[in-house]
Amino acid sequence: MNTIIFRTIAPLIVAIMLVFSAYVCLRGHNEPGGGFIGGLIAASAIAVLGMASGAQAARRALRLDPMAIAGFGVVIAGMSGLLSLFTGSPFMTSIWLHLELGETTVPISTPMVFDIGVYLVVFGTIATIALALESDGGDGL
Amino acid sequence: MDASIALVAIAPFAAAALAPLVQRIARPFAGWVLALVPASLFMLLLRLVEPVMAGGAISARIGWVPAFDLDLSFMVDGLSLTFALTISGIGMLIVLYSGAYLKGHPHLGRFFMFLLAFMGAMLGLVLSDNLLALFMFWELTSVTSFLLIGFDHTRQAARRGAIQALVITNIGGMGLLIGAIAVYQLTGTWDMSALGGEVRSSGLYGLVLAVFLLAAFTKSAQLPFHFWLPNAMEAPTPVSAFLHSATMVQGGVYLLARTTPWLGNTQAWTLILVCLGGATLLWGAIGAIRQTDLKQMLAQTTIASLGLSVLLLGLGTPAAISAMLLYFVAHALYKAGLFMVTGAVDHEAGTRDITVLGGLADSMPVTFIAAALACLAMIGLPLTLGYFAKEEMYLGLLSLQWPDIATLAVLLVGNAMLAGVAMLILIRPFLGPVLSTPKTAHEAPIAMLVGPIVLGAAGIVASVMPDWLGLALLEPGTLAVLGEAISGHLSLAVDPTNPLLWLSVATWALGYLVYRQAAALRTLSRRFEVALGWTADTAFDGAMFGLIRFSGAVTRLLHHGLLEIYLVTVFVMLALALVGPLLMLDGYAALLPTAELGNWSAKLTWPDLQVHEWGVIALALLGLGAVLFSANRLVAIVALGIQGTAVALIFLLFGAPDLAFTQLMVEILSVVILALVMTRLQLDERDSRQFEDLARDGTLALVCGAGVSLFLMVILSGSFDSRLSDLFAATSVPIAHGHNIVNVILVDYRGLDTLGEISVVMGAGIAIMALLRSRARRTVPPAPTPIRAPRRGKVAP
Repeated sequence: MNTIIFRTIAPLIVAIMLVFSAYVCLRGHNEPGGGFIGGLIAASAIAVLGMASGAQAARRALRLDPMAIAGFGVVIAGMSGLLSLFTGSPFMTSIWLHLELGETTVPISTPMVFDIGVYLVVFGTIATIALALESDGGDGL
Repeated sequence: MDASIALVAIAPFAAAALAPLVQRIARPFAGWVLALVPASLFMLLLRLVEPVMAGGAISARIGWVPAFDLDLSFMVDGLSLTFALTISGIGMLIVLYSGAYLKGHPHLGRFFMFLLAFMGAMLGLVLSDNLLALFMFWELTSVTSFLLIGFDHTRQAARRGAIQALVITNIGGMGLLIGAIAVYQLTGTWDMSALGGEVRSSGLYGLVLAVFLLAAFTKSAQLPFHFWLPNAMEAPTPVSAFLHSATMVQGGVYLLARTTPWLGNTQAWTLILVCLGGATLLWGAIGAIRQTDLKQMLAQTTIASLGLSVLLLGLGTPAAISAMLLYFVAHALYKAGLFMVTGAVDHEAGTRDITVLGGLADSMPVTFIAAALACLAMIGLPLTLGYFAKEEMYLGLLSLQWPDIATLAVLLVGNAMLAGVAMLILIRPFLGPVLSTPKTAHEAPIAMLVGPIVLGAAGIVASVMPDWLGLALLEPGTLAVLGEAISGHLSLAVDPTNPLLWLSVATWALGYLVYRQAAALRTLSRRFEVALGWTADTAFDGAMFGLIRFSGAVTRLLHHGLLEIYLVTVFVMLALALVGPLLMLDGYAALLPTAELGNWSAKLTWPDLQVHEWGVIALALLGLGAVLFSANRLVAIVALGIQGTAVALIFLLFGAPDLAFTQLMVEILSVVILALVMTRLQLDERDSRQFEDLARDGTLALVCGAGVSLFLMVILSGSFDSRLSDLFAATSVPIAHGHNIVNVILVDYRGLDTLGEISVVMGAGIAIMALLRSRARRTVPPAPTPIRAPRRGKVAP
């Protein structure tokens, strides 16, 4: 499995998968996709990287502890729901903001922030498990 | 004035939170500083004496859960004020005493915290009018006393004593909760002051009485729950002086007095209280003579005194109630004082055994005076509060009916034995020839002397003002318990024609006899104990160890650690859940052929599928076959992935791209993670199975599979309720600005659910990481490399 071809190609695949995962996550409100699937794709990407260059290298590439990423995800998902309290509506009422950028309109919303939170939780948790299993003998655990 | 009552119950908790900080700042004076809290509470309560004497009950009410008709209501009447003054007054002296007794102890701050929190719980207990609040404070006293008894937690005996006290008193606490709820159901109010005779006349009276008595008897160490009290003496001495003489154990007596107006004065009440109280009195008194350790002697006499109080409450006559009130105050003063004296003796002489102590009066004169004041009150000599208490007890029983005579005899014998013990405590350690002790005895520090001297003096001072006692204690107290005020009739005058005087003289004479014959009585009672073979204490141990053994056996049965059996259990349950209910509810009727077999042909039609759809089904079957017949595990895992991919394709073909997407990702990750897990075990070669195992697992798999299929078919045979999907489809774009209904539901309509789910996902991740980490730590010596390594052609790192 750990051939030179795989190890050479892996970073490229990982990069493509990560970009694709972000794309899938962001388009989720209107097309198939969303935070959960995006997170799974990104976690698979990290698992591939771990297989190719070792769990340590994958961890270094992430810079942040994957569990911390998951925790951050829960926090921003919760915070996105709190924003509605400023408008006087109940917890988790969505707020939409349509940014006019020249010819296109970019909608920014609290559900999107929430979905990013979901993405980070799924990614962080699965990546934690995958990397923990990949690292032999518990190094860095 | 109203709010200040609530403050009395809350202030000690605030002080408790600050205690460690105060201890750190004020180091040697922390005791003096913290004693200010109970002192100010005492002053505050003292100001309430006048209105209460005037016959008024002061109440305060704070909303708690108004929706449930639940308030924190407090009430100060003669009874609660007596208790509250005792708690705060003695509490102040105890805090002062503790500072000196535990000087230099590394956890003194923590000790103060527990002690003040306990005081708050106790004050809340005696002041609350609401039954539920009473229960809460009641349990708080149990918990804080657990912490205090087990304060010296490195000693096994202290831990055992603490657990025993907690278990026993909590059994009673549960009873109290049941009783409170029952009373609420019967009367519709939590407030005790609002209760009349409803409880007594209801059919549930027996149950309510039983649970309230259970609560009171466990707290007040009545027979047969008495054994935790001596074991609680493992606590530091200030705790014994406070909790186990003046306050917590009196909680049960207080509860009985408090419930007398609406629960007491029935035949059952009188019979149970008088009999058990009398038995406890005699048992405790005999136990006290059996001991030679000062603290144990005091603990046993406390049991006896509590029995005496319960007996008086059971009698319930005006004289008995006033005797109970007098005795409560007298006992709290002299017993707390004696515990403090014992602590001082232990602290300065290094031992508490009366057989090796002697002549301490020379080296510890002030302590001796304090001990003398307390012991004289315990014997009940004139010019002490104990004297009035004793006279009052006998007063109500001067009749010629045999129950009164029997009760009088029990009281007389019990009092005589207590008097004998008091003489032992006073004379053996302090008088007679000087014996050498482990430490050279000298006077205790001032903070340890203030308490016993003040308490002893208070007893004397109170006794020389009998009129005031009648007005301030007896009238409001009996008014609270009986609903009628007993006018003061205490007097210092000595009247030789009064039979009460001669009963007192008889008590003292008998007491002196007990003192003379103490050694013989001790031998006799020890021999009796040996002959008996077991005690309630050993029975408790037996019950606790039995419980541990039982739970161990249950754990071994259910949590055996064999993955195979867990899985079999899970799947058997799944099969039962799938097949059972539907069979019972006749759910498969729609699928079964009716009488004419011809219906089968109508039901079994060849599905009308496209070629590529057949292809997907073939792929799924191929994957299934590969799982079943693969030679090694890696192939099986990958084949499982093939099968899952086919399912994902089916989702895709039938219009659920989101689901297909997710299914595909989950399949990929499952294959990856399963493969990673399996590399830690043995990846190649399936293990060979016995035929029995194959048959068992195969049958289970078939039943589960068939169950799921049948279940789905039954569901599909019903009509589809599309109201929700229609609603979502109609509102998705206008309300949530999204065309992907699945995502809109997840992040918008059901966002709170999703938030909960991702929290669970993260929690599961943390748990898995913890599992892997603990495993990694255990395998510190690296396991030998498995044989698989060369065959996989692993590149050396």
